[in-house]
Amino acid sequence: MSGILASMIDGLLIGSVYGLAAMGLSLIWGVMDVINLTHGSVIALGMFGMYILFAAFPVNAYFLLLPILAAGLLLGLVIYWISVHWVIGRSQLSSLLSTFAVNMMIIGIGTAIWSTSPYNVNFTLRGFTVGDYTFTGNHIAAATAAVIIALALELFLYRTRPGKAIRAVADNREAAELMGISSTMVLALAFAIGIALAASSGALVSTLFPFTILSGAGYQMKSFVVTVLAGLGKPLGALAAGVLLGLLEGAVTPFIAVSWIPLIEFGLFVVVLVAFPKGIFTRATA
Amino acid sequence: MILRRPVFWLILVFAALMAFIPFHANDVSMREDLILVALAVILASNLNLMIGYTGYVNFGHIVFYGLGGYVGLYLATVRNWNLVLAALAAGLVVSLFALALGMGILRLRGAYFALATIGVLLAVQSFVANFDPWGRSTGMYVDFSAYQRLGGARHALWMTYFLVIGVMALSMILSLGIKISKFGLGLFAIREDEDAAVVLGVNTTVFKAIIYSVSAFLPAVAGALMFYKNGMIDPSIAFEFMLSLEGIVMLMLGGKGTVVGAALGGGLYEKLRSYLLTSPKLSNFQLVIAGALLLLVVLFAPGGLIGWLYRLVPRARKVIE
Repeated sequence: MSGILASMIDGLLIGSVYGLAAMGLSLIWGVMDVINLTHGSVIALGMFGMYILFAAFPVNAYFLLLPILAAGLLLGLVIYWISVHWVIGRSQLSSLLSTFAVNMMIIGIGTAIWSTSPYNVNFTLRGFTVGDYTFTGNHIAAATAAVIIALALELFLYRTRPGKAIRAVADNREAAELMGISSTMVLALAFAIGIALAASSGALVSTLFPFTILSGAGYQMKSFVVTVLAGLGKPLGALAAGVLLGLLEGAVTPFIAVSWIPLIEFGLFVVVLVAFPKGIFTRATA
Repeated sequence: MILRRPVFWLILVFAALMAFIPFHANDVSMREDLILVALAVILASNLNLMIGYTGYVNFGHIVFYGLGGYVGLYLATVRNWNLVLAALAAGLVVSLFALALGMGILRLRGAYFALATIGVLLAVQSFVANFDPWGRSTGMYVDFSAYQRLGGARHALWMTYFLVIGVMALSMILSLGIKISKFGLGLFAIREDEDAAVVLGVNTTVFKAIIYSVSAFLPAVAGALMFYKNGMIDPSIAFEFMLSLEGIVMLMLGGKGTVVGAALGGGLYEKLRSYLLTSPKLSNFQLVIAGALLLLVVLFAPGGLIGWLYRLVPRARKVIE
């Protein structure tokens, strides 16, 4: 019994990192109606960013999140300008395909540089032991960092002018423009923040598990599941749904073979998508 | 009438040449190149029915190809069915599966549907990777003796080649037939404005489920033939997400919504890919180049090569459909 509990606590910790990744996707989707398919490759870039920085500056890996967040913002602006700016206002198919094209380019370049062999960030924080089970420091630190970043985003969106502008544009772009908000700037900012969140979640994952340049794809799928569970444009909802997904993973792991987990997750994804298109936290109003 | 369309005859001539030239020259390596081109054309043409005609992006189209391969191989090797029968049965089974699935996920619109198709692909892949009768993650093999029934391996390979070319021709004819039918007009109406289509009396739910199911049939048949020819199948090659995505690149490159565009894009992209893969300098950058190509097409030429041709020679619209 305590085995399940330990596994669920572990799932809860990892789930908050899933939630952080999903917040990036959810923000971009909610504000500009763009499904950002570069999400997975940016998560992978976050992992390798952490790997490179940690190799250069072997300090506490969690301090390195700050430069990664900053680099993520810059990268986000670049990706926005390359792939999204030109297709705003065109059909959703266009942005889906244009961000996907950039995804292919990032993965292609990443594969050429790092091949597809696994890497890991060799950094361990001491954890603590309860009975037979040890909770590693990395899991706890990663979950804490994810929650702090999530709360910071919430504060930014609700307490600052640029944050309020983002919410205004998400609500009604035309009305926001009439109030004197430059929607292009706001969209670029929201996209950059979304990418920075994805990169930072990748950096956090890299301190927990080994990774390859292709690892991002799995977390991208989890982000979709979480975003769809939470409904769009609810950053803290995404965090909660991420934790829920982590808990679910933790709860089933002791009972079934790991290879069945994708089937459960993606099956759940399709079912939730069809049954609760507005997320499980919103009561359906047909 | 489909017989009065010049493109119909073009398709037949094209397929006949593709079948005849390598056979006449008895050139096996040319045959292996061309069978990949034919496969690309099959995938792109059938994907076009969803993306080009109906306006629904299917990221997981390859799931039909892979499932077709599995069902076909299972029937042909474990159950000892005739190859053609097994391939047709695979097509039928997968189509029915798509119909049932489509009834559910086609309630979603736009991007939500696109995401669901990724979920379907990954769910099916992980199911097959855990499914005992199909060999779990190691997959299935075709016993060499199975080729004896078709008159030896050499003969069997040529036969599957002709069959795949046949499926390719059928794919293009199917695209053309749907395009000039009333059913096709209904699909175009859904693509342009689904709500308006409903108001005008198009039964969108049924139309969408039917086209989803139809777009599954020929790729599944092709999957059965291809994996039989290759002699083995496993979950990672049967449900290769990359190939699914490359299908979209092919379609956008050639020109979505047109019969010739889908085929042209499929053929050209396959040629480009085999060139990139064999070139020592560029083999690492296949993905980068494919991505850049897709980006340029999406941003600057949403009509693809055929759209560009239409703008250059407006009268081409009448012949090249």
